[in-house]
Amino acid sequence: MDLGGINPAVLIASLMVASVPIMLAALGELVVEKAGVLNLGVEGMMIIGAVMGFAVAVNTGSPLAGFLGGAAGGAILSLIFALLTQYLLANQVATGLALTLFGLGLSSLIGQGYVGIRPPLTGAVPLGPLADIPVVGRILFRHDWMVYGSLVMVAATWAVLKFTRIGLILRAVGENHEAAHALGYKVRRIRVLAICFGGAMAGLGGAYISLIRVPQWTDGITSGAGWIALAIVVFASWKPWRVLLGAYLFGGITVLQLNLQAAGARIPVEYLSMSPYLITILVLVIMSSGRGRIAAAAPASLGKNFHASR
Amino acid sequence: MEGLTKAYPGVVANSDVSFKIRPGEVHALLGENGAGKSTLVKMIYGLVKPDAGRMSLRGQDYAPAEPSVARSLGVAMVFQHFSLFDALSVAENVALGMENPPKLRELAARIRKVSQDYGLPLDPDRMVGDLSAGERQRVEIVRCLLQDPKLLIMDEPTSVLTPQEVDILFQTLRQLAREGTAILYISHKLEEIRSLCDEATILRRGKVVATCTPREKTARELAELMVGTMLTPPERSAKPKGEVALEVAGLSVASPIPFGTTLKNVTFTVRKGEVLGIAGVAGNGQDELLLALNGELRTSPSAVKIAGVPVGAAGPIQRRKAGMVSAPEERLGHAAAPDMSLVENALLSGSVRKGLTRSGFIDWAGARRFAEGIVQQFDVRTPGTDVAARSLSGGNLQKFVVGRELSQAPTVIVINQPTWGVDAAAAASIRQAIIDRAADGAAVVVISQDLDELLEIADSFAALNEGRLTAPRPTQGLTMDQIGLMMGGAHGMEVAHAEA
Amino acid sequence: MLRLEKRASPSRAWGMATPVLAVVLTMIAGGIMFAILGKNPVEAIRTIFWDPLFNPQFASYSRPQLLVKAGPLILIAVGLSLGFRAGIWNIGAEGQYIIGAITGAAVGLAFYPMGGWFIFPLMVIAGAFGGFLWAMIPAVLRTVFRTNEILVSLLLVYVAQSLLSSMALGALRNPQGGGFPGSRNLSQYPAAANPELIAGTGMHWGVVASFIAVTFAYILLQRHMLGFSIRLAGQAPRAARFAGVSPTRLVILCLGISGALAGLAGLFEVTGPAGQISIDFASGYGFTAIIVAFLGRLNPVGILLAGLLMALTYIGGELAQFMLGLPAAAIQAFQGMLLFFLLAVDLLSNYRIRIGRAQ
Repeated sequence: MDLGGINPAVLIASLMVASVPIMLAALGELVVEKAGVLNLGVEGMMIIGAVMGFAVAVNTGSPLAGFLGGAAGGAILSLIFALLTQYLLANQVATGLALTLFGLGLSSLIGQGYVGIRPPLTGAVPLGPLADIPVVGRILFRHDWMVYGSLVMVAATWAVLKFTRIGLILRAVGENHEAAHALGYKVRRIRVLAICFGGAMAGLGGAYISLIRVPQWTDGITSGAGWIALAIVVFASWKPWRVLLGAYLFGGITVLQLNLQAAGARIPVEYLSMSPYLITILVLVIMSSGRGRIAAAAPASLGKNFHASR
Repeated sequence: MEGLTKAYPGVVANSDVSFKIRPGEVHALLGENGAGKSTLVKMIYGLVKPDAGRMSLRGQDYAPAEPSVARSLGVAMVFQHFSLFDALSVAENVALGMENPPKLRELAARIRKVSQDYGLPLDPDRMVGDLSAGERQRVEIVRCLLQDPKLLIMDEPTSVLTPQEVDILFQTLRQLAREGTAILYISHKLEEIRSLCDEATILRRGKVVATCTPREKTARELAELMVGTMLTPPERSAKPKGEVALEVAGLSVASPIPFGTTLKNVTFTVRKGEVLGIAGVAGNGQDELLLALNGELRTSPSAVKIAGVPVGAAGPIQRRKAGMVSAPEERLGHAAAPDMSLVENALLSGSVRKGLTRSGFIDWAGARRFAEGIVQQFDVRTPGTDVAARSLSGGNLQKFVVGRELSQAPTVIVINQPTWGVDAAAAASIRQAIIDRAADGAAVVVISQDLDELLEIADSFAALNEGRLTAPRPTQGLTMDQIGLMMGGAHGMEVAHAEA
Repeated sequence: MLRLEKRASPSRAWGMATPVLAVVLTMIAGGIMFAILGKNPVEAIRTIFWDPLFNPQFASYSRPQLLVKAGPLILIAVGLSLGFRAGIWNIGAEGQYIIGAITGAAVGLAFYPMGGWFIFPLMVIAGAFGGFLWAMIPAVLRTVFRTNEILVSLLLVYVAQSLLSSMALGALRNPQGGGFPGSRNLSQYPAAANPELIAGTGMHWGVVASFIAVTFAYILLQRHMLGFSIRLAGQAPRAARFAGVSPTRLVILCLGISGALAGLAGLFEVTGPAGQISIDFASGYGFTAIIVAFLGRLNPVGILLAGLLMALTYIGGELAQFMLGLPAAAIQAFQGMLLFFLLAVDLLSNYRIRIGRAQ
């Protein structure tokens, strides 16, 4: 069942893989923004995660260690952001940009020795007979564990935010940090933890790109995935399940345009490769044009620094 | 509970303050703005640590390191500026103020029960952002009651209530006191303290100046203790009013603020020399009305007319040209830019009417003269005009903001909360300045939540309730009951109390 | 225990001192980074900051390069700083820079091989207009649909890069280039070239334009109501609305100016130092300019100095790469670090650090 040289089952299966990095990064950023912090450094944290993950995986031979290294790399970088914005009260937008610029430079510095190497392979999860179900097995049951892990993370983030006390406190801090402080919650500590989580998730997403999706190391490997993750958080109106939707939408477009390129469509390659970015912009426009909806869904303290003056 | 002592030198917010509250007593902490009431209760609630002194609670040493400790020891607090979260539900808000909240479902049931018991009806599933100011206060109170407090601190609770709602709140507080709860009641309103409180501690400039039984004192005596000097009420002219200067007809506009109030068919006129007072509980459309009048929020052209000229679709600059000035409630961030100097802040709204620009280029010397003139004429205490606006105290900045607007020879003046958070002396001088300008022939709209202030300076009186404005009536001869009904009565609370 | 105390008024002295402090701290941290990379930190710092200007062996080549690199950085950063002051975040200057180069070059190439004095000015206008239009996309989306301009302007960089390679491979490819990607060399087409104006200085029209931009921005911010509105909108958006500043107008204006200036920078680059539209034309000036804008504390004169300093790190970085084998990426990380330190010490102008117990 090929359509113009493209097999839909393969397409959907690869869509699921393509969406993992931005899904992870967007989930992390969603938690950060729910706590009232706008970290524009997702791209930087992702690429540090990508290079750290790659380096650790190559040196240890273990993809698992690689992913942990990627998460650690992203988290450490995010701690710089936390220090600057939460303790030194630096502007969040500027600090986020700095994180991205620094991350891009540092990653290519670290990555110098790793160009052209192949990382250790991450296999599919052996799901036995499930994988052999026609079509469905191909789409759903032949993936690596990170694909399933990212889906679990979506559910976990949703549940924690909605049902647990820590989720409630996190939302409260993002909604009104003055009030949260007046009730005795440690605004700064909660935000630092959220930022750190966001960094780890972005790092994990980055590591997925260099270890599984591509899989190799090149400079600028994330090519804007972090920015798209930021856009997806807006698209999702800060709701975890809609992050899943947004990531699949974007993953679908990426995979489709790559397939069209491979299939030798008549549209020039350059126009196909700009399509994911254009469609992300289009989605952003549609989401924000609904009157006041985004403004109402966004955490009220988003991007504002907190300093307990009295 | 006995013996609550504290000394607190340092920034002179509080120094060597001592007082006691017995169980079942309603104790007033009386003082004007800036007297140190808020700092004191923050120490009791564990938000701020005292530099010296000690507190004890029911005979035990009490030194809360943070609010959760205070809460676990039975100290609860209702904040003046609510510590609530708009985008969360009532039940979630309550849970955030508790140490070990039960499951949300169970909590909702308990909220319903407590709110019925005390005549404070609440729906636990509603979003707090959609509630009125009175209902929001109920959320805070219910949050405290659920923790079975031994000491309940109420910080200026009646500023957001109509007179009828105040009565109901007092019934609730008396019921609590009968059940043995000690209540620390903070206010600068003398009449309500006289009617509610058993004991009073009066603070002035961070020091205790008197302890008394408020029922045994007249309001005048209390006022003297609180302020230190006697203040003369402003003089009003009885000149006949001139022609209509500001006409608002069928003004309806949606709020630009999340969880704001939509203005519905607001209609009134103000004559030259007239002061119209607009009362209302916070959050009933006051901010929106100011924005719609000063041009930050635009409507159809004919909804707002200045001297007969439609300006409803014009922005703030055109309206200033037409003779209107305005002073929003929020001084820092809205009426003034916190990090900018007083010269720059004078330019901010004065450039149009004072002619401080020439083809777009700024006349800095002129702006400086303008700022210095305001500082001198309105007695703004500041080291100079080059300091940032945020370095001024609330009262001084308010004098500067109001002075800036009144110095522009306006024909229409709109002011929201002219004396909010300002000490008595400054408030008196601001009110006098407003009345003087009206005597010079300006039409004045004063939006305020302070009824006493409105009764003092307004010729006619109207009230905002859920975005609707009542028809203005002459102030003279209005009773408190009538005013309360204009403000929306008890917003459906009386029914619940009748059941309780 | 350390604690922060907000100053009553922002400190001017610290406002001037913080960029210097940040540079010193970055040199220390950078030295540590170079040491980790196995280079002598003192030598590396000297190679980057001293040798390009004062080492007789390199100075004759390096000194003119200073203006060549600083010109576009300053031009872009001045435009960005206006928006940053107003809280309008155009971070897609790189895209506007590329588009300005493409539109400007396209006009020039359309006239090839004609001569005429009017061609270069036309190209300048086309370049500025291209950048302006590209910046209008986020501006219009923000004002009409309230779409976040940060994300849109940034995402458009990737689109512009794709357009650039499409142009280099397609529409603008040199028909006599033997099939290699890249346009004709504009710097060798006299009517369209942007040559060095004074031999040995590196001064070209782009540098002249950047000096003019600095002067204009300075007057605008200090003396004109528009500049006051920009500052006001950034510091207190609600007070700006109270004053009667139209947010829509401000967004269009700030994004428009920064887009046009970035477009100009691209045009002057493609007609001068770069010479042609090629796949690797985008050199990151649009991003580095963000650092320059902050390092200059969003002040036009500060940006002038910051642009020169940042240009020095580029040239010194190349020198260090050549002399010491220091990786090019190290300089990029070094520049990022500079921005971190700057943001960190910026606190000192608004807060005092007190040692002692909180109240």
